[in-house]
Amino acid sequence: MLQRDHLFEWRTIYQNVILGLELNHTLTQQNREYVLKLLADYGLAAFKDKKPSELSGGMRQRAALIRTMAIHPDLLLLDEPFSALDSQTRLNVSADIAQIIRQTDKTAVLITHDLSEAITLADRVLVLSKRPAIIKCEMPIHYEIDRHDPMAIRNTPEYQQYFNHLWEVLTNEQSVIHAT
Amino acid sequence: MNSPLSTQPESVSENQIRYLKAHRRHHHMVSLFRLLLVVLFFGLWELAARKEWIDVFFFSSPGDIVRYLYQMLIDYSFFTNTGITLLETIVSFLLVTLLSLLVATLLWYVSSLAEILEPYLVVLNSLPKSALAPLLIVWLGTGTNTIIVAGISVAVFGSIINLYTGFCQSDPEMLKLIYTLGGNRRDALLKVILPGSVPLILSNMKVNIGLALVGVIIGEFLAARRGLGYLIIYGSQVFKRNAEMIEMNIRTVILYPTLLSYIHVSYPLYYN
Repeated sequence: MLQRDHLFEWRTIYQNVILGLELNHTLTQQNREYVLKLLADYGLAAFKDKKPSELSGGMRQRAALIRTMAIHPDLLLLDEPFSALDSQTRLNVSADIAQIIRQTDKTAVLITHDLSEAITLADRVLVLSKRPAIIKCEMPIHYEIDRHDPMAIRNTPEYQQYFNHLWEVLTNEQSVIHAT
Repeated sequence: MNSPLSTQPESVSENQIRYLKAHRRHHHMVSLFRLLLVVLFFGLWELAARKEWIDVFFFSSPGDIVRYLYQMLIDYSFFTNTGITLLETIVSFLLVTLLSLLVATLLWYVSSLAEILEPYLVVLNSLPKSALAPLLIVWLGTGTNTIIVAGISVAVFGSIINLYTGFCQSDPEMLKLIYTLGGNRRDALLKVILPGSVPLILSNMKVNIGLALVGVIIGEFLAARRGLGYLIIYGSQVFKRNAEMIEMNIRTVILYPTLLSYIHVSYPLYYN
């Protein structure tokens, strides 16, 4: 999944999400039903015959996720998938998408510059240094409460701790660079 | 839907109504002045001819043109000449579209071929096509083939360059998406490049129609016994200005709208 959703304007939402299946020649009846089920689960069933331009940014990102999930990947790579969304949509869509991925029990690697996004969504945060990128710090994340509500998580004491710690790690790096 | 006043809801404020009226008045004024300009032009032309301010032998007059046109309509030469040019233009236009799509696709598919051929395409495109016409007569004889090939030769190289450039400017991230989902270059072509280039192809077709017509007229100058190009040459050789003038009018009044309407009809098929 990329920064922009890249849904093709000349295809309907349904035709867009089955793109991966077409390319892999795995457009079986079973996969079609799976895709329709995903569309229904994530609130896009009514929009399956619409063109991408008729959908909101959040719906488009959900459609892009379904397109990725349709081919049953072993690993999901999300490259700043929410960076094109406004901050309110971003909170909701990122919570939705994290939920979807959790339900399917897939491993996902999410790249982000947003600290709170990282610590609300991930089970594990890896901080990369500047070039050449090495793993500077690994931070397992655990909350007492259910992850479902993005705002509830932001109010927990753990969230504050994780945030402060992450902030420290990242600012340290910058000060090192300024010193040299 | 077309007129803003017809879809007026119940609660329209005074100011809105005033605005809509002014808007409509503006449109009426524009159409009126457009019409006035035509009437003024032909009126002045006719007046100048009758008062002998201009020499009718060199400039003709609207009255003479209408008489000549009437005569052409009566002996059907209007229909045969316009029809043959229209037919030749459509055939060469369709061939140009097909040929340039095929070649541009091939060039995109085999990128080293594109690198090799690029300078030749530029040279061929800048070649004066009217200079090619006499050669075509020698090679293909004086007939419809020559004229159609002349029509193709004017439009095809520019069209190939245009389409190929457009294909190359497709969003690289969309191609990346195809490759990450397990597609190959053929998939990229069929699922991204071609469907994504439909607006480009249509706008390219609009240009091609005009160029194909120019090419066909050039061909008819040299190798025809019928058609609008033939009429122009014949008219200029026997000093019949009416024939030339009429050709220009036919072209603007009949041919362009006919051909363009084809495009306008086909356009919504893709985008609705």
